[in-house]
Amino acid sequence: MIEKPTLLSNSFRFITIAMLITWLVLPLIPLAIWSFAKGWFFPHILPKYWSLKAWEYALSDTAGVLDSLWLTIFISAVATFLSILIGVPAGRALGMYKFKGKEIVELLILAPTIVPGIAVVLGIHSVFISIGLTNTVTGVILVHLIPTLPYMVLVMSGIFANFDAEFEDQARSLGASPIKTFWYITLPAILPGIIVGGLFAFLVSWSQYILTLLIGGGRVLTLPLLLFNFATSGRNDITGAIGMIYILPGIIILLLTAKHLSGRSAVGGFGQI
Amino acid sequence: MSDRTKILLLLAPALSIIIILFFGGLFAGLLRSFNYMPIIGLTEPNFEAYISVFKSKEFYLSFILTFHIAFTSTVISAILAIGSALLLRRNFLGKSVINFLFQINLTVPHLVGAIGILYLFSQSGSFARLAAEWGMIARPAEFPELVFDPYAIGIILQYVWKEIPFIGVIVLANMQSLGEDYESVARSLGANRWQAFRYVLLPLIFPGVLSASVIVFAFTFGAYEIPAILGANYPAALPVLAYRKYTDVDLAARPEAMAMAIVIAILSAVMIFYYLRYTRKKIRG
Repeated sequence: MIEKPTLLSNSFRFITIAMLITWLVLPLIPLAIWSFAKGWFFPHILPKYWSLKAWEYALSDTAGVLDSLWLTIFISAVATFLSILIGVPAGRALGMYKFKGKEIVELLILAPTIVPGIAVVLGIHSVFISIGLTNTVTGVILVHLIPTLPYMVLVMSGIFANFDAEFEDQARSLGASPIKTFWYITLPAILPGIIVGGLFAFLVSWSQYILTLLIGGGRVLTLPLLLFNFATSGRNDITGAIGMIYILPGIIILLLTAKHLSGRSAVGGFGQI
Repeated sequence: MSDRTKILLLLAPALSIIIILFFGGLFAGLLRSFNYMPIIGLTEPNFEAYISVFKSKEFYLSFILTFHIAFTSTVISAILAIGSALLLRRNFLGKSVINFLFQINLTVPHLVGAIGILYLFSQSGSFARLAAEWGMIARPAEFPELVFDPYAIGIILQYVWKEIPFIGVIVLANMQSLGEDYESVARSLGANRWQAFRYVLLPLIFPGVLSASVIVFAFTFGAYEIPAILGANYPAALPVLAYRKYTDVDLAARPEAMAMAIVIAILSAVMIFYYLRYTRKKIRG
């Protein structure tokens, strides 16, 4: 039996939970305030003057923030699409079959989720230079596959481990073609996994900094690169506005998928964000 | 089609990408770290880059700093994550809202967190302003150095902020699947709350905590943008130093950068070893 919580232990819990949540939300607050501030100097706790200038700048056609936003969406979407295309079959192999060397294959696929990007990207850069892939969007999408693809494979192998191949066999024995079987039987069963895995693969690509910086050579200016540039040049108001735009997809995705999050496989990818 | 060919075909695209890009990248870095790159006329490998790296004081300072950042952040995050999971595991009013807020920064990139920590803890940041309001300091310079500082406090604060929910969600899922029956048995046998936690719950959740901590340690050891925003100039964290060497105008510094990348890779290989050890143990028992 767990004893009934007392008033004292209840208020202790309430206070510690409040402190915890405050701490977790706190760093986002000055960013949000800065985006509406006009010259917010020490020692003012809140800005003296408020302004929409940073937002006007960020959302104007000429500043390049929107171009950067579309480019980032494009890169992350393509990297996600490719990860799904390549990751689903591999997930099927790992989730549904036992075979010799499976542990080694799993190790090969797991390695990029733990080895930091900086350890591999310098070597890739020296090769990409000689084949003309540096400073290109294609090159950036390719290196983004390093963190996104293993994640997709791991999610999908979890999904396929719970998938019953009997349904496919029955459809086939009733005369359905392999394509029809995939479309009407397999795909509906694995689609929730593809969607959740895909959304998080998108976020993994969305949050890449050093891979894009090195392979894109500063020419492929995604949102995090722009954010870093404004943050280090002291334009706090514009940094705030870009920061708010930058975190929006993640928060939307969290709202959409909150109930799927308890699964360990979905969570593992967050180590990469 | 036999199962063997089927498996091979299913795995081929993913394995090719990972082997060519990831292991190819590692291998290219390794060759370059030995000053071997036939394409630009370097055909005689040597250890010069490693010798120069291991002789430089900056490398050791940087390595120690990076190790300190990774170790301290991981330990503090893991302890606070266990505490958070204990707080959040039971049902209470507004649990779904609290859970959402607890998970919110999982999707917020580290870079944004780093900028937020900068605006909170710098000498003209929000906390310095509060201190001024309360008359504790008169000028920004009187506020303690919490970012760009030699102890990497700002960097550690950022990681702790970001990794509490990461480890916490994993531990929480772990605790919820275990239920509270084991602890109840321990309590009914006379264990006090601390004993039930220390000798029953903790050993059960520990493998999960360890495997999450390994991911956090490897990440915090190899991340670039967080120490680049919040770190001191000298010594810089190892990834920052490697990036600086790589982009140095002096191309001779590139093999040194590669050697540092290899050091980071070796350390993460050790981490993978422990990760597998603990996740396998968890599966077995």
